[in-house]
Amino acid sequence: MSVPILEVLDLHAAYGRIEVLRGVDLTVPKGAVMALLGPNGAGKSTLVKVVSGQKRATGGDIHLGGVHVTDADSAELARVGLCTVPEGRSVFPNLTVQENLVLMSYAGVPADAVLDTAFSYFPRLAERRHQLAGTMSGGEQQMLAMSRALASDPALLLLDELSMGLAPLIVDELYDTVAQIAESGVSILCIEQFARTALRVSDYAAVMIGGRIVATGEPAEILETMDDVILGGVA
Amino acid sequence: MSTFLAFTIFGLFSGAAYAIAASGLVLTYTTTRVFNIAHGALGMVMSFLFWDFSVRQGMPTWLALVLVLLVVAPAVGWFLQRFVCRGLGEGPVSVSLVVTVGLLVGCIGLATQVWKPEARSVMPFLPDTRVQLGSITVTGHQLITILLSAVVAAGLFLLLNRTRIGTAMRASVDNPELLKLFGGRPDTAAALSWAIGTSLAALAGVLLVSQVGLDYYALTLLVINAYAAAMFGRLKSLPMTFVGAMVLGLSTSYASGYLPTEGIFNSVRNVMPALFLFAVIVALPQAQLRIGQVKGSVAAPVPSTPKALAWGAVLLGVVAMLSGSMSTANLLLVGTAATYAMVMLSLVLLTGYGGHVSLAQLSFAGVGALAYAKLDEPSLYGLALASLIAAGVGALVALPVLRLTGLYLALATMAFGVIMDKLVFQHESAFGFNGTLPAGRMSFFGTAVSSTGGYVMLMAVFFVLMALFLLALRRGPLGRVLIAMRDSPAACGTLGLDMRWFRVGLFALSAGMAGMAGALFAGLRETIGAADFQFFNSLPLLLLAVVFGVTTVTGATFGGIGLMLMPVLQSDYPELSGLIFAVIGFGAVALGRDPNGLANLVFKGGRLAQTRLLPRVRASLPELPARGEAAPDPSYDEGADAPDQSQQKEVPVHAAP
Repeated sequence: MSVPILEVLDLHAAYGRIEVLRGVDLTVPKGAVMALLGPNGAGKSTLVKVVSGQKRATGGDIHLGGVHVTDADSAELARVGLCTVPEGRSVFPNLTVQENLVLMSYAGVPADAVLDTAFSYFPRLAERRHQLAGTMSGGEQQMLAMSRALASDPALLLLDELSMGLAPLIVDELYDTVAQIAESGVSILCIEQFARTALRVSDYAAVMIGGRIVATGEPAEILETMDDVILGGVA
Repeated sequence: MSTFLAFTIFGLFSGAAYAIAASGLVLTYTTTRVFNIAHGALGMVMSFLFWDFSVRQGMPTWLALVLVLLVVAPAVGWFLQRFVCRGLGEGPVSVSLVVTVGLLVGCIGLATQVWKPEARSVMPFLPDTRVQLGSITVTGHQLITILLSAVVAAGLFLLLNRTRIGTAMRASVDNPELLKLFGGRPDTAAALSWAIGTSLAALAGVLLVSQVGLDYYALTLLVINAYAAAMFGRLKSLPMTFVGAMVLGLSTSYASGYLPTEGIFNSVRNVMPALFLFAVIVALPQAQLRIGQVKGSVAAPVPSTPKALAWGAVLLGVVAMLSGSMSTANLLLVGTAATYAMVMLSLVLLTGYGGHVSLAQLSFAGVGALAYAKLDEPSLYGLALASLIAAGVGALVALPVLRLTGLYLALATMAFGVIMDKLVFQHESAFGFNGTLPAGRMSFFGTAVSSTGGYVMLMAVFFVLMALFLLALRRGPLGRVLIAMRDSPAACGTLGLDMRWFRVGLFALSAGMAGMAGALFAGLRETIGAADFQFFNSLPLLLLAVVFGVTTVTGATFGGIGLMLMPVLQSDYPELSGLIFAVIGFGAVALGRDPNGLANLVFKGGRLAQTRLLPRVRASLPELPARGEAAPDPSYDEGADAPDQSQQKEVPVHAAP
C-alpha cells in the first residue's frame, strides 16, 4: 500500500485547559474520499484546524504525504497543496468575485488558470465577477469557496461543514462537485454532521465522538451502525 | 485675482502634502484596522532624520531622501508592525489608540532627546526653479509636491486594485486566518502596508518641513489634517481622501488669506483642520454595530466598601501627615498629584469602565479651572457650577459623535483639545494670550481654607470622595450597563439599551469630574493659565493612567503621583527630559495591551502574599526554629494553601459583584 496522504497519530489539542482532541488516529488513503462524521462538540472542526495549521496540537503527529507537518504554518501548508475550506462562508465578503479568485492563485496555480477553471465549472460566477462576494447568496458564496478546491489542484482537500446553512438542493449540487473533484484524483477529508449527504460520495467513513475516532469503515456499514454509535454513546 | 490664484496654488500644495500623509494613514487603517495616531509623529521623526542626513552630515539631498524614504521609514514601519502593532486590530479600539498615542509621545521624546531644541531649517527642493503660470509663480517645491501626490495616488490605486499583494492586503482586514488558508501571508501584507504607510508619512513630513519648520509639535499635529482628510474618505476610500485633503488645503489657505486678521477670526485659521475634522465627523453616517465580537477582558476586581473606606482613610492620614510637615513647594506638588489623580479617575470612568478614549482630558480640567476663576465664587457652589460647566462642554463634544463609536469619539476629543488650546484658552475673554487669571482658595460653608496644607488636605478629601463615588457607581446598575456596553455594544443593542445618550452622559460625567479637578487645582495654585492645561499634556496623562491601570482607583492614585513627578524629574535632569517622555511613551506601547496595568500586578502580589505568605508566616510563628530552619514543613504548607486557591483567581467581568 502506498503512503497515505494524511496520517494523524494520537493527536491531542486543547482550548486552554479543556482538551478537545484526546488521541485522534485517522488515516486517509491517497485518492480516497473520507467522510468524518460526528455530533456537535465531537472535535471535528478542531481536527481540521489542527491539521490545517490554524491551531497548535498539544501532542501527537500529523503526516501529509509521509512528511511530518505538525506545527507547520497554515500558509506554508496551503502553498504545498493542502486546501482547506473552513466552516461558514470561506470567501472575503468585501472583495469582488474576481479578486477572491485572484487570491486563490497563492496556492500555486496562475491566476488566469484559476479564473478559467472557476468560470467553466460555475458560469454563474462569471456573470458576477465584479460583484462583491458578500452580496451574493449563500449558495453562490459556497460555489466561490469550492472554486478554490477545484482550481488549486490540491493534494488533499479538507472540507468543513459544507452544508452549513444551505438549502438541501444546493447541498446536493455541492456534493456533486465534490464527487467531480474526487474523480480527478484529489484526496478529500470531508467533515459533515448530516451523514447521508456525505456518505453518498465517500469511499470511507469515520465517526468521531468526544475527541476520539470511535469507528471507521465502508460507508454502508458506518451508516448501519452509526445510529448505535452516536445515540448509544460508545465513546 | 492673482492673489486668489496664489492662495489656490498654496492650498493645492498643502492639500497635496496632506493627501500623501492621509493616504498613508488610510492604507495602514484599511489593511490592519490600527488607526495610527502617531502617523504625524513618525513623519516628524523622519523629517528630523532627513535634516540630520542632509544638513548636519552633509549628504547630497537625493541620497538623504533615498535613505529616509526607502530605507529607514520602511524599516521602521516593518518593525512597528512586527513588534508593536501585530494583532492590535482585532482588539478593542481603546487599546490600539493607547498604544499609538504611546508611540506618538515616544516619538516626540525620542526626537527631543536626539535632536536637542535649536534653530534648524530645511531648504525647499529645487529652490531656484520657478514656473510662471500666467500672472502667478509656482515654486519648484510646490510643483514637485503636487506631482508627487498624483504619483502616490496612482501608485496606491494600482497597488490595491491591480496586484495580488494589494488584494491580499485588503483581504487580510476581513479575515487573516482565511487568507492563510488561501496560502497568503497576512503578516507580510500588514508589514508591507506599514512600511508604505510610514514611508508616506515621511514623504509628507519632508515635503512640509520647509514650510512648517522643524518643530516637534507642529509636524506631529499635522496628523490632524491627515485625519480630517482621511475621515472625508471615511477611512476607506482613497479617492475621497484625496478630495478631502484638497478641500482642506484650499480652505485653510483661503482662510489665512481672506479671514479678517482681528478678533476671533485670527485664531480660527489656526484651528481650521480641527474644525474641518469636526464637520466631517458630524456628517459621517451612523456607524454599524460590529457583530460577533466579544471584547471582554478580565477586569481588575472591585474592592468591597469597607476595604475602600479603609484605604481612603489611610490615604487621608498620609496626606494629613504630609500637609503638617512639608514645605509649601512640596505641598503644591502633592496638590498637583491629587489633581492629576482626580483627572485620571475621570479616565477610569470613561476609559476603564466605559471603553472610550479621551485624548483631551486636561482640556476639560482647563474648562473647569477657567469657569472657577471666571465665576470668582470660591465656595462649594462655585466648584459645583464649574464642574457642571465642564460637564456641559463634555456633552457638547460628545454630541456630534453621538452616532459614532470609539475611534471617532477619540479623534473628536483630539480636535477639541486643539481648538481649546489655540482658540479658546488663548482668547482675551479667557486666559488671554499666554496670560493667567487669579483664582481664590475655596471656602467651605463660610470657613475659608487659606493655608496650603489645609487646601491639599481638602483636595485629598475630594479625591477620596470621588473615588468612593466611582466605586459605588461601578457596583450599581449603571456600572453593569457600562461594562456591558464596553464588552459588547451589539449585545446591548439587541437588549434595547439606548447607548447613544448614555454615552453622552458618560462623557459629560467624566468631563465634569475632570472639570472639578481643574477647579480645585485653580484654587490650589491661586493663579491659573492656559499653559497648565496644554493639550499635549493630556497624552502623557492618558498613558500614565493606562500604564498604572486605568481600571482601578489605585492605578489613578499612582498615575497621578507619577505624572506629578514627571516635570520634577525633568527639571532635576534636564538632559534626560526627552528620554523620560520616550520611556513613558514606549512603556505605554509595551503595557497598553493590559488596561489593568501595574495596579493589577500590585493586587496580584497582594493576593499572593495573602494566600501564600500569610499561612506560611502563621505556620512558622508558633514554632520559631531555634537553629535557623526557616523553611516550614512543605506538607503543612500545601494544606494551608488549598482552601484559598479559589480566591486568587481573577474575577471575570460578568461575574464581578
